[in-house]
Amino acid sequence: MTAPVNVTFRIRRYDPASQQPPAWEDVTIPYTHGMTVLDGLRVIKETRSATLAWRSSCRMGVCGSCGMFINGHPRLACNTQITELGTSLVTVAPLPNFDIIRDLVPDLRPMFDAHAALMPHLIRDDVQEMYEPTGEYFQTPHELEQFLQFSYCIKCGCCMAACPTMATDPAYSGPMPLAQSHRYNVDSRDGGFGTRKQVLATEKGPWKCHYAGECSQACPKGVDPARAIQLMKRQLVFDYLRLYKQPCPSKVVPKPTEMKRRADVPEAPAPTL
Amino acid sequence: MLDNKGHPNRLGVWGWLGGGTWGLERYLYTLHRLTGLGLLLYFLLHIVVTSARAFGPEAWAASMGRVSGGVFVLGEFLVFAAFAFHASNGVRLILVELGFAIGNPIEPIYPYRTSVHEQRPLALGILVLAGLVLAAGGYNFLAHLSH
Repeated sequence: MTAPVNVTFRIRRYDPASQQPPAWEDVTIPYTHGMTVLDGLRVIKETRSATLAWRSSCRMGVCGSCGMFINGHPRLACNTQITELGTSLVTVAPLPNFDIIRDLVPDLRPMFDAHAALMPHLIRDDVQEMYEPTGEYFQTPHELEQFLQFSYCIKCGCCMAACPTMATDPAYSGPMPLAQSHRYNVDSRDGGFGTRKQVLATEKGPWKCHYAGECSQACPKGVDPARAIQLMKRQLVFDYLRLYKQPCPSKVVPKPTEMKRRADVPEAPAPTL
Repeated sequence: MLDNKGHPNRLGVWGWLGGGTWGLERYLYTLHRLTGLGLLLYFLLHIVVTSARAFGPEAWAASMGRVSGGVFVLGEFLVFAAFAFHASNGVRLILVELGFAIGNPIEPIYPYRTSVHEQRPLALGILVLAGLVLAAGGYNFLAHLSH
């Protein structure tokens, strides 16, 4: 698309203090080369509407703060070029399936609550080793590949906004928490599958996912939550049929003692704090 | 810490149709639900209609007479169409939900290739299968109507 001269932002505004339902507001601003949707919102806030509210931080698709519903798709505002949209009318709304706190700010707390409930951390018996490590947990490259893709999640909520099951079922945990639960279930250092299974076997679990695939298509980081959820179902089914054997969490490899520093690698500088 | 509850923004049933990227699998998801509800409705009506048999042969004949018109033949064909799709897509969902045809986890490198792309041939295959079953059933319906 050729770059437009002006861009019209159609923004979903909501002020909780006004007691009015959300309403659309049109703002037209000049387009500048390389402008992202987030850049446009900043221009609007600086020059047209100082009360406009949204979340953003890194501006480079890493922090996951600026997930928004842009031209009908859940996207990161910082990662979305205006020209990429193919139109000079940019509709921006808060991510659906989350309550709106104000303007473009969704209430992500239910997502993070569901995330925490699925225990997204290593669960092992050797707690002392986890807090005061004497070495490293052994892991092969193949074992790493089983969860590496899912560990790229930035918790932006785009998958939750795209999921059709989330649209009608508040009890469903959603793609992000479930994918992150699977990320730890298949981590060779983890031994918590049996513990997480107690939550995954309930209505919060993966069984309400029927593979619309939208979460994977919407994910700005290529995490593919739909794949994680289906692989999790296979693990749970095989476990139910007693065909899945939970491997022992990987052993601790002691720190090497006879390593010598290469001559061309300088010593680390002294700590400043 | 925010204590107030925000304005509700859940998409509801509309979210079955919109709110994402409008991929083929979303339509299959929605159609699977709709055909499932349609088949459930048919089974309920089927029980009501055939339960007339409990009230004697005359009630049974009257009940059958009420559902033998042209509209009901079309309705039966729609039920068959719903069955053809729902069964075929159900096989795909069983395979996919058991982790088949979706590939193994990969390192995400842009442009991202997801499990949706991996299972797309299967999705297209079940549509062809459903079409073949529907065509065979349609031929049977037409042959039945011509007699």
